[in-house]
Amino acid sequence: MSNQKKYHSDLGRLADPNQFIEPIEIAGINSDTLMAYLRSMQLIRYAEEQIGELAKEGVAKTPCHLGIGQEAIAVGVASSLNSSDRVFGNHRSHSHFLALGGDVYSLIAEVLGKADGASHGMGGSMHLYGASVGFQGSVPLVGATIPIAVGAALAAKMGGGDEVAVAFFGDGATEEGVFHESLNLASIYELPVLFVVENNLFSSHLHIQLRQPSDSVARFADAHRIQNKTIDGNDVISVATAAEELILAARKGGGPALLEVVTFRFRGHVGPNEDIDVGVHREMKDVEAWKQRCPIKRLRIAMEDEGLLTEKQFNEQSTAVLSQVQSAVEKAKSSPYPDKNNLLDFVYSQSAHS
Amino acid sequence: MSTKESINYGEAIREAFVYLLDKYPEVFCIGQGLWSPWYVGNTMSDLDKLFGRDRIIDTPVSELACTGASVGASLFGYRPIAIHPRMDFMMLAVDQIINQAAKWSLMLGGQASPAVTIRAIINRGGEQGAQHSQALHAWFAHIPGLRVVMPATVQDARDLLISSVLCDDPVMYIDDRWLYDRTAVLPAITERPLEQETPQVISNGTDITIVGIGYSTFLCEQAAQQLAVDGVSCEIIDVRILNPFHSGVICESVKKTGKLCVVDAGWRTAGMSAEVIATVMEQVGVGVLDSSPVRVTLPDASAPSSKFLEDIYYPDANDIVDIVRKLVQQG
Repeated sequence: MSNQKKYHSDLGRLADPNQFIEPIEIAGINSDTLMAYLRSMQLIRYAEEQIGELAKEGVAKTPCHLGIGQEAIAVGVASSLNSSDRVFGNHRSHSHFLALGGDVYSLIAEVLGKADGASHGMGGSMHLYGASVGFQGSVPLVGATIPIAVGAALAAKMGGGDEVAVAFFGDGATEEGVFHESLNLASIYELPVLFVVENNLFSSHLHIQLRQPSDSVARFADAHRIQNKTIDGNDVISVATAAEELILAARKGGGPALLEVVTFRFRGHVGPNEDIDVGVHREMKDVEAWKQRCPIKRLRIAMEDEGLLTEKQFNEQSTAVLSQVQSAVEKAKSSPYPDKNNLLDFVYSQSAHS
Repeated sequence: MSTKESINYGEAIREAFVYLLDKYPEVFCIGQGLWSPWYVGNTMSDLDKLFGRDRIIDTPVSELACTGASVGASLFGYRPIAIHPRMDFMMLAVDQIINQAAKWSLMLGGQASPAVTIRAIINRGGEQGAQHSQALHAWFAHIPGLRVVMPATVQDARDLLISSVLCDDPVMYIDDRWLYDRTAVLPAITERPLEQETPQVISNGTDITIVGIGYSTFLCEQAAQQLAVDGVSCEIIDVRILNPFHSGVICESVKKTGKLCVVDAGWRTAGMSAEVIATVMEQVGVGVLDSSPVRVTLPDASAPSSKFLEDIYYPDANDIVDIVRKLVQQG
């Protein structure tokens, strides 16, 4: 069925790549914090670019969904989380794993299916695990971790602690029925869970305007009486500020919240290419325009404008981070594959073997 | 707790819930109908009053999210029991059961263990029709990583529920409302690791091995009584644990009797009866049986509604008696 009606955007400026291209507002933010955000976003960017190269070379064979361009979301949200919180991801979760402090070598080893990987080489790019940093798992079934995060929040509330659960998912997942079921449960039981919708305007190849009557998904939170915010996802300070407010409220018993962060991925749905050819309503001029709204660039220029960063410092940090990633790649390439016994040993829990 | 008086299958399930909820604060129940006697018969009566509605949670009509929330809570020290008062409606939750609970251990390198129990109730007959009648145990037994348990006896109804909930793996515990009136006097509860449970010989015999699964084991026991009058000595084995399936007890029996009949109140094609026969034949070799193995199943058709057709559709003890007589007469 073709959709002939004229497109209407409720997101308006937030979905327009020609808006929000100026340096971000950083007044009042500690320079160490800003440097840490910059470094974390660079680590994610370089790791994903290297993973893209590995995919091009055919070294990485597992499907890799790159979120290049969306780094500010994971970094901003992670800034209010700690390792006892319960974070769940999706098919596009390299950023979430790294932003929480996951080791880049274990990420790349996992992408290459190696024993040192985050999931011991049993998961690949789409199934990551890093409980020591609060990353409790990512899976590619669309929307699948949303109710699991609700259950993690239910456990937190039952236990009487102040942990919060976070589910990262995309705009496509809001079209799954389980999204609505989960928001309803979280709302009636007043659970400490933050739903982070990375609205990058595309699900796989298809633009949101071809999938939903509105391009803003926060309306679903209103329907379930869940507090929510819709913000520019390419502004790490804006994301960090909004996430802090919502997470703090959830921690104090304020119930669930939804954060809609509007962004765009520079690459296609899966693999290293830009995929203009397979996208519907995905045009090169949009990709080029969104690159001007790059979250790393906007923070960097803001810091330079405020005299908090010199070009030399930026280049030195870039070199150091890239070198860290490249070392991880080289080490991962030469590390061993999982033991063949894993095939059967991990079907059931380890306790069942004893 | 031990009972001096006999209790029925439904009450035995409730005893398991009381035992678990009393002894293990990390156990909770979540599902539809838990605050009403309507949905789950006498198996959970007044648990909400005994243990509070924070631990006995009656939910919105959201099978998928409630099952997913159980999986999520199970990753953080809890042992949730997700209750599906009718297995047909549980189909709405299969992503969380098959794609999530069953796979997290393997796909995350053995680091995540969803210790969730999914209780599925088979509830059929009474002209309820095709979407209120299904016994889909074979479907789930196909899935690596998901333990599937079907108690046929009153004691197993209680004890296998306890073993399932205390197991660190995802377990589907399937009880059948047609068994709720069976009675027995039970011994005191002893906790037993689920992974050590296997098929069990219900009664010893020498002429034929008859294997039942859940409710069909009850039919096998009735058939064996009738056949005993004819002088046919039946060895009845209850599968109990469908996945992982251990065939050893059945193989030993078949080596002794030389004849095998499998009775399953599920469908025939790609069903549990096929799995039992195939596995046993692989293990014992073709020469051991002195006649072809046979099976009694549902026809490959969805359940009818009218009582007239239901009586034809569901196998009973007489169907087993007939097929076994033929087999024994063949020699």
